[in-house]
Amino acid sequence: MKKIEVVIRKSKFDEVKEALNKVDIVFFTFWDVRGVGQATEGRVYRGIAYDTSTIERILITFYCREKYMAPAIEAILESARTGEVGDGKIFISEITDAYRIRTGERGDKAMYLEGEE
Amino acid sequence: MPDDIKAIESTLVDYAFSINTIWVLVTAALVFFMQAGFALVEAGFTRTKNTTNILFKNLMDFVIGTIVFWAIGFGVMFGSKNGFWGGMDLFMQHTYRTDMPDYAFLIFQTVFAATAATIVSGSMAERTKFNAYLIYSGVISLVIYPVSGHWAWGGGWLSQMSTPFHDFAGSSVVHMVGGMAAMVGAITLGPRLGKYDKNGKAKAIPGHSITLATLGVFILWIGWFGFNPGSQLAAAGVANAKAISLIFVTTNIAGAGGAFATMIFVWLKNKKPTLSMTLNGALAGLVAITAGCDAVTPGSALIIGILAGTLVVISVAFFDKIVKIDDPVGAISVHGICGAFGTLMVGFFSATQGLLFGHGATLLVSQLIGVASIASWALASSAILFLALKKFNGLRVEKRIEEEGLDIYEHGESAYNL
Repeated sequence: MKKIEVVIRKSKFDEVKEALNKVDIVFFTFWDVRGVGQATEGRVYRGIAYDTSTIERILITFYCREKYMAPAIEAILESARTGEVGDGKIFISEITDAYRIRTGERGDKAMYLEGEE
Repeated sequence: MPDDIKAIESTLVDYAFSINTIWVLVTAALVFFMQAGFALVEAGFTRTKNTTNILFKNLMDFVIGTIVFWAIGFGVMFGSKNGFWGGMDLFMQHTYRTDMPDYAFLIFQTVFAATAATIVSGSMAERTKFNAYLIYSGVISLVIYPVSGHWAWGGGWLSQMSTPFHDFAGSSVVHMVGGMAAMVGAITLGPRLGKYDKNGKAKAIPGHSITLATLGVFILWIGWFGFNPGSQLAAAGVANAKAISLIFVTTNIAGAGGAFATMIFVWLKNKKPTLSMTLNGALAGLVAITAGCDAVTPGSALIIGILAGTLVVISVAFFDKIVKIDDPVGAISVHGICGAFGTLMVGFFSATQGLLFGHGATLLVSQLIGVASIASWALASSAILFLALKKFNGLRVEKRIEEEGLDIYEHGESAYNL
């Protein structure tokens, strides 16, 4: 089981969502996030030029079984890329256990529905 | 037969009385609507943590102003005791007008007084104690606004000069008085936390909603169609109809000129056309034309608007970056500076008395005297008020309240419960 966290451009959200759906990642969680980095966005407010010094991105998190990981990564790399600095990053970590609350199923079984595999 | 003619005559006089009254009451309602405009502009230009507070202040300055202006302010402004002080007429007992009911005149003047009062809350936003603001708003409607108002509009000394001071709808009497009080308030308070960095460099504190601010400016603009044409105080007859129509046009053109000039100026200055500043530009043009809206041509109105729209950008930058007075909504520049500027412009652009129309500088001199005296009064009286408030009541909230927001600590309710 893997936990995959992806930081992407806000403008790429729909493309990434569709690409993930195509490789059977149909559930995921996302947040509007702000980060601090090299890129800034210039703004002007009532005569004062300033930069936001923060960068707005979307953070997607999902958990998947081993065999779904490679196609999902491929899909994200494909769909989230513009080629400019700031396209984002993918982080993968190991998940030690999982439960499905409705049935109490544990581990790998909690990650898919019986009969739908 | 002569009896019939007399009857017709008296009916016509009655009708003129009614038409004038309707005009004054309708425009009073439009001017009242400006309270909503101010509330939205000020809420939009400040942060969500202080929204309840700024809206509340906008409500209460009208409420308190209504009561104290009726109780005392009106008599001070329109009584005839002497050239400097109208006198006391508690709760308006005397008769003032023959061309409309006294109550029509009272409500029209009440909404004007409240306009002067509500200008100040924007400049003092996000850091002023609520109870201090309530006391301030009582005092401005009780005495600060009525005294200088008496000089110009209540038969006082400015209107008795050989060339009377001309401030038709209140660039100075209303807007500059509010703007000057706003400046004194903002200086006495000091800047918001985080407005200036360690080196004293001005930082932007973006307001939370340009949408609200824009709606507020549109509402103020509508209100100005009551503020200026309503100040004719009459609509019956061809002369009045022509006057109020001209005033509608000059008012609108100056607002447009102000907004346009500001947009171009900030576009050149900051490389981007920014709405937050252009909104101030529209108001700058409207404030500037208010003194001379009855006396200038539409062409002059455009020039006055354009000059005000340019001036407001320079003025905002000056207060923000050079003298470092933190004015979250730009009220000092829009109302104080452009109010004074617009009043002086009447001396140049008045079609019947202006310097540029070949009538010499006598009106300009009167305008200078009027602006200088009203500004001095407003600055001095509000300085006494705010310094007294600071000493005996406290003017500014504690640091922690300012950081976390006035809504929660002063009122126990937040504006947005999402």
